Amino acid sequence: MRKFILKRLLSLIPTLLGISILVFFMIHLIPGDPAEMMLGERASESALREVREQLGLDKPLYVQYGKFLGRLLQADLGRALRTNEKITTEIRERFPATVELSICAIIIATVLGMFAGIISATRQYSIFDYVSMVASLIGVSMPIFWLGLVLMIIFSVNLAWLPLSGRLSYYIQLETITNFYVIDSIITQNWTALKDVLWHLILPAFTLSTIPMATISRITRSSMLEVLRQDYIRTARAKGLSLWAVHYVHALKNALIPIITVIGLQFGILLGGAILTETIFAWPGIGLWILNGVYARDFNAVQGGTMFIAMVFVSINLVVDILYAWANPRIKVS
Amino acid sequence: MRKHWILLLALALMAAPMISTTHAADTPKQGGVLVFGRGGDSPGLDPAFETDGNSFMICDNVFDQLVLYADESTEIVPGLATSWDISEDGKTYTFHLRKGVKFHDGTDFNSDAVVFSLGRMMKDKNVKYFKSEWAFPNEQPSPEYWLSMEMDSLVDSIVAADEFTVVFNLKRVEAPFIANMGMDFAAIISPAAYHKHGADFRANPVGTGPFKFVEWIKDDRIVLEANPGYWDGRPYLDKVIFRSIPDNSVRFLELKTGNIDICQFPNPEDIELAEHDPTMKLISQPGMNIGYLSFNHTKSLWQDKRIRQAFAHALNKKSIVDNIYYGLGQVAKNTIPPNMWSYNDDIEDYSYDPEKAKALLKDAGFAEKLKAAGQEKVTLWSMPVPRPYNPNGMKVGEAMQADLKAAGVDAELVTFEWGTYLKKQRAQPEEMDLFQLGWTGDNGDPDNFLAVLLDGMADPNVRTQWKNEQYHDLIMKAKQALNREDRIRLYREAQELIHEEVPLINIAHSLVVWPMKQRVMNFKLHPTASVRMHKAWVK
Repeated sequence: MRKFILKRLLSLIPTLLGISILVFFMIHLIPGDPAEMMLGERASESALREVREQLGLDKPLYVQYGKFLGRLLQADLGRALRTNEKITTEIRERFPATVELSICAIIIATVLGMFAGIISATRQYSIFDYVSMVASLIGVSMPIFWLGLVLMIIFSVNLAWLPLSGRLSYYIQLETITNFYVIDSIITQNWTALKDVLWHLILPAFTLSTIPMATISRITRSSMLEVLRQDYIRTARAKGLSLWAVHYVHALKNALIPIITVIGLQFGILLGGAILTETIFAWPGIGLWILNGVYARDFNAVQGGTMFIAMVFVSINLVVDILYAWANPRIKVS
Repeated sequence: MRKHWILLLALALMAAPMISTTHAADTPKQGGVLVFGRGGDSPGLDPAFETDGNSFMICDNVFDQLVLYADESTEIVPGLATSWDISEDGKTYTFHLRKGVKFHDGTDFNSDAVVFSLGRMMKDKNVKYFKSEWAFPNEQPSPEYWLSMEMDSLVDSIVAADEFTVVFNLKRVEAPFIANMGMDFAAIISPAAYHKHGADFRANPVGTGPFKFVEWIKDDRIVLEANPGYWDGRPYLDKVIFRSIPDNSVRFLELKTGNIDICQFPNPEDIELAEHDPTMKLISQPGMNIGYLSFNHTKSLWQDKRIRQAFAHALNKKSIVDNIYYGLGQVAKNTIPPNMWSYNDDIEDYSYDPEKAKALLKDAGFAEKLKAAGQEKVTLWSMPVPRPYNPNGMKVGEAMQADLKAAGVDAELVTFEWGTYLKKQRAQPEEMDLFQLGWTGDNGDPDNFLAVLLDGMADPNVRTQWKNEQYHDLIMKAKQALNREDRIRLYREAQELIHEEVPLINIAHSLVVWPMKQRVMNFKLHPTASVRMHKAWVK
């Protein structure tokens, strides 16, 4: 096991190096002069020179990349051009919002998605199966942007049950310690804030959960169906076990492995910052921050943010791989 | 349909001042919270280093400058300086400061605070304090506006003569200098707070303004509270909250449900909805900007002014504003916007007249000249990105292309990625005939439009590279005239010359229209786009 983990860790090095090259050159090879774009109509030759110098753009690309890599090794992502703030600080301030939202979304997606998948599999070709599979197809292909707005109009504007956007109502005070508002309101025993925070989470988390939910329900269904066809399931039924015990004790446990993998991958994707969901719901997370970086042509922020997200994604993959190997020892051998 | 309601809206807005006088019976109420919904967060809050409207919006309420812009114009009025004298040679400005003003941290406002606030942006730090010796930070971001207004080549030294007198010695005579002192970058900060927070001052601003900074949750909200001891009277509002809501539709929904009181930059469709909503009202203000079409003046093809005039007759500007600006713009006849002083309203714009255009072109032998240049078509460069002065450069380009076709000129649309566009345009290449571009004003001074855009003789960075001696002369005289009346006369003359010579065709100024709740009173949009809450109140 230790050897496997070590091997996987070592394989991260070329992956991350590859990502750093991709991220760096993708941004620097885009046509157009970042200095021109930053200064816009008012650019004068001298101002352009100054900005290029300040950004190090006057140096050859490989020198710039070397510097970027050198800083990266010291866990320094540089400073955002737009705010002159350390990118690590900017990320620290915003990542908790994204994590909080992603955890809620993945919980909703897992519970509802697995539920639908299991029922569909155990009642294959029933009405429920058809409906849930069509729903999951819609879920995957539905534009989040549109869905978010529709949910808002129904639940926030017409019914006035849920807040429209943001993380916390402006009239509620919350002392922030970890920047995870749910945790902060529990630590400070601020129950009014906790209720408000949870209320604010419902719509964006549900909106964000639709794609992973659909994916999870489909994979649960197919994985369950495969297991249900196995001989040992027939044996279990033959020896007179209740359907419940057959489905949930014997079948589900064995069907779980691909499901866990998918949940892990989906969670990794969510942590990358749900740009659309965060934008519509004015959710101050990392996706929105990177998008603002793109708008402001702050390529330090885009570069640093993308690098950070890539690292998070790679780490989650690593954890999933290890879990997988632990659950299914055959993986290690191959 | 859309055109009609926009016309109605425009009329209604013009009538708005009359309506508001009938509401004047409403006496301002003390207290209350106003929530302002905006499109994005502030990058930072140290006025010296900010370039973003979302930053200035907060700075406008937390800080004051030595001079301020009047409530609804860019006229200069006293701020932290109660008065100022200009020496006879025009090179020395002596500011007499307001006494008894305190920063939000309780420290005193005095001449040393002025020297520190502005001196820290100077390259050679040629300053003299009166009493305190505030050290300048070793490392800081570059003060973008100080640089882009070329203050280093203008200001020689800043000297605190006594506790309440500051003298600015200039390197040359420059009448727009006083307008620069009203810009955000020239705001006066608390040196004590700066030394306490260091670079983090950008997240902990302390000024003398009507509101104090309280809290900032990044990408979510900034909270300000009233400064009870404000020198110009305590604000009516207890608190102002600036919320960032990036999506335009959602921001409007927040306004509809009453979670915010003012909605910045709504979608054009939502303005129509707001019109019909009894809980809402609209305010509007022409933006301090210009979108234009200019000629490649380095090419001989464009030297004949009859040709340029013909192009001015060929374009249907009104149709462009109605259909592409969705009415959120107004046709421009001058380069400076109508709410700027010295605007020459006597000028009569070139009529939309394709026949006249054809006749003028024939007169000037345009077709032959084009052939002689080895061209069949003219190229029309158009921006690939929306700008504050032009919501869709390519669509405007297409409309122009059709208009030119009607006048018998074939134009080919050309565009590049934005950075490349700006770079190539600067080089005035042979293959560029016509180009679209625009400008957003900085300090409300006509010089900031008329010199920056058109005086190609003064500066190789001028985008149009139009070189006209008479014009250059007018602009230089206006820069050096210290008498306001003289400057107005010179700028009006310059506008006449622009009209006659058509170095560029003024297309449109954008129009800013924001919906807000009926309960918001006395909130006005400023031409400089600053958002001031000092005199606003809520019912």
